[in-house]
Amino acid sequence: MLSLKKNRAANAASQPRLVRRILIGSTVLFLGLFLLLPLIAVFAYALEQGGTAYWMAIKQPEALAALRLTLMTVAVAAPLNALFGIAAAWAIAKFEFRGKNILITLIDLPFTVSPVIAGAMFVLLFGARSAMGGWLLDRGIQIIFAPPGIFIATIFVTFPLVARELIPLMQALGNDDEEAAVSLGAGPLQTFWRITLPNIRWGLLYGVVLCVARAMGEFGAVSVVSGHIRGVTNTMPLQIEILYNEYDYVAAFSVASLLALVSLVTLGGKKIFEWKSRQHIIDQSAYSAQGGPVESTAS
Amino acid sequence: MKTRGQKRILPGFGLTMGFTLVYLSLIVLIPLSTLFLKASSLSLREIGDIIMTSRSLAAYRLSFGASFAAAGINAVFGLIVAWVLVRYKFWGKALLDGLVDLPFALPTAVAGISLTTLYSEKGWLGGVLAEVGIKAAYTRLGIVIALTFIGLPFVVRTLQPVIREIDPEVEEASAGLGARRWQTFLYVIFPNLLPALLTGFALAFARALGEYGSVVFISGNMPNKTEIVPLLIMTKFEEYDYAGATAIAASMLVLSFLLLLTINLLQWWSRRHHAVA
Amino acid sequence: MKRFLFTGIVLILVAGAAWADIELLNVSYDPTRELYQDLNAVFARQWQAQTGENVVIRQSHGGSGKQARSVIDGLEADVVTLALAYDIDVLEEKAQLLPADWQSRLPNNSCPYTSTIVFLVRKGNPKGIKDWDDLVREGVSVITPNPKTSGGARWNYLAAWAYALRRPGGNEALAKDFVTRLFKNVPVLDTGARGSTTTFVERGMGDVLLSWENEALLAVNKLGRGEFEIVMPSVSILAEPPVAVVDKYAGKHGTRAVAEAYLRHLYSNEGQEICARHYYRPSNPEVAKKYEPQFPKITLFTLAGEFGSWKQAQQIHFADGGMFDEIFEGRR
Repeated sequence: MLSLKKNRAANAASQPRLVRRILIGSTVLFLGLFLLLPLIAVFAYALEQGGTAYWMAIKQPEALAALRLTLMTVAVAAPLNALFGIAAAWAIAKFEFRGKNILITLIDLPFTVSPVIAGAMFVLLFGARSAMGGWLLDRGIQIIFAPPGIFIATIFVTFPLVARELIPLMQALGNDDEEAAVSLGAGPLQTFWRITLPNIRWGLLYGVVLCVARAMGEFGAVSVVSGHIRGVTNTMPLQIEILYNEYDYVAAFSVASLLALVSLVTLGGKKIFEWKSRQHIIDQSAYSAQGGPVESTAS
Repeated sequence: MKTRGQKRILPGFGLTMGFTLVYLSLIVLIPLSTLFLKASSLSLREIGDIIMTSRSLAAYRLSFGASFAAAGINAVFGLIVAWVLVRYKFWGKALLDGLVDLPFALPTAVAGISLTTLYSEKGWLGGVLAEVGIKAAYTRLGIVIALTFIGLPFVVRTLQPVIREIDPEVEEASAGLGARRWQTFLYVIFPNLLPALLTGFALAFARALGEYGSVVFISGNMPNKTEIVPLLIMTKFEEYDYAGATAIAASMLVLSFLLLLTINLLQWWSRRHHAVA
Repeated sequence: MKRFLFTGIVLILVAGAAWADIELLNVSYDPTRELYQDLNAVFARQWQAQTGENVVIRQSHGGSGKQARSVIDGLEADVVTLALAYDIDVLEEKAQLLPADWQSRLPNNSCPYTSTIVFLVRKGNPKGIKDWDDLVREGVSVITPNPKTSGGARWNYLAAWAYALRRPGGNEALAKDFVTRLFKNVPVLDTGARGSTTTFVERGMGDVLLSWENEALLAVNKLGRGEFEIVMPSVSILAEPPVAVVDKYAGKHGTRAVAEAYLRHLYSNEGQEICARHYYRPSNPEVAKKYEPQFPKITLFTLAGEFGSWKQAQQIHFADGGMFDEIFEGRR
């Protein structure tokens, strides 16, 4: 038995090395080919004709207008969804009620709706031929083919991102801190600001960062509701499509590289936030039975 | 366990729950129900007629086939990637690990033009493939490539925590009992990973089904050949065919709900499985 | 902080919008981007000199049918400049955005420029494509956009149909067979003309692109760098892209006067020159004469002559369950 085990151990030392190399090799190859190369390509094609061409492409008034609209979309969608995420996580994590699972599933719903369908939905709802759209248009309020439509479509596709980060986090943290604060006489707002917010800030920030990244990059849903008016209702991804269709590849990839940079910042941010919030949970709930950090990946 | 009475010590349930429900209804439920309302103006037979045309059927077949293939590729390679990232140490590992989330963060349109340019016959990879007679861009293969890119993080990120929690002693014990490595993997490790693997597969599959931004660039958008369902919906929409677009969209939504339900069940199974193991 | 940022951004946007005294939205089809970019600049200068008003013209481009759909759904275009009359007819039919007689309001059936459908082939014409018959040969790959969404593609389709019908002994059945065989050779259907040009020029797909003449000339002169050649078929169709003020929206925005002036400017000598420079055939005979060498002579039949009206053509060929659907279903 013992000799057999040794034998195996020896075997395990030699054979796994080969297995290991093959596995690592295929991982590097697969990720390199599927993830790294497309990322490098964006920057390579953007800088193909040098830095000046790159700069000129980004400085175009239409590109700048697209950037402005994209930033505005983010400024609308991210805070609203953050507020919603906090409220939903508070209600779901801190209280027991019937139908909780259904509520969580409903919050997840926008993830499974194809962006195109999401956009189409808002056209049906706010289009000039619908009752509501017609009524609003008669009063001079334009929703689709105008920035508000883009905001709503973006809010829809980024809807669950903050809530999904916060719900498991707040569930893991438990209620003890808040309950202690309340029983010591703290008011609701005070409890939230002093106790809850510091506990969830990294998770919240990460959720917001995800939301920002997705809001900047949404294409399908926004494309349906945009109307593609140059310099007015084109977001950056739509501008990329237009430039690409105008054979202006360098410009298309230049604008794309800005978005790629944002996504790289998001990835870096994710690492930091994960690390920070993990530390935080470990600090906070070293004594808690729930222990381990919450992997929040499904998005 | 906390009792109900204790729970209510905390304030704000009415406010947060109220806001949650109102916001959820305004942004998600009302718009979605508009779609179903619109679709319900068609009879089941009409919906059937729209869905059963050879063009829609081809689109469904392609969407499901390509999503399934991409999720399959991701399940295989995702398992390897997750295993390697958890178990081995090597140079550049942290970078690769961070990179896994790229498809979440990179806008689909950016991924779309980048993949298309890479895999077109003039591109870096497309040129190589063309020499061995494989066309990637504007074919079904291109669609699978884009969908693989999109779905990659789901499998890896669902598997990583599960692999991390597998106790090396289990493997040692298995080896000690005389099992070969592949036997250990097949009979001891793999059953533990299966629920998470299936969850990851389902998530990648669901995401791929709805994907539009990256596919629209790399697929040839050819009806019956390289037209996916979201594109068909878009085309119907642009052809003034609202009834057709809503019917197909509604059918896709129902499928999505079912998938979401499956995923939730899988996750529940996975948690329970884990608790037992 | 966030609110502060938001307010700031809103202010910048409001300020940006306030800069322009008048805004005009021109919803157009796919290949006219460059044309209207030039025209807008010239017109804005003139309008300011004439009235002192600052006008900013916004553009939106896409497949002609798709653009019309957006306008019906509330994309508030002051003027539409689409690829074919039917796409403006539907604005009246489905949403009463302008009167039914819109086409008689401007000269030349409201078509300031015309064009036709030509073949773009690769350098040296390796497949030896000379006329419509060559498009249905086996092994020839043809690129055209989707007639359901693109205006140019509908002209392509009708040109092929009319050619087959006009051949000695031609009849409806033979024409249908001809077009069916043609679409069997089509590997990709983009939603707009520009998408198809990209597919052909940049993605290197197909042996021949069925294209607007202006788009083909643009490709040869600006993009192709000697990589492409234009082949003129023996006959083709006279493509008439019309323009119109969208009364309802222009009225609502109070931009009627400037919108009309904008379209009239297309008919001015200067406007016509710009059209010609962007390879659209000018309607003004003088300007047309000046640019004659640019446009090869070719026998053109008209839509009215071959198909009656756009409404009829649309009904028979492109409506749901129409001829194109049949052809496409039977294509495989």
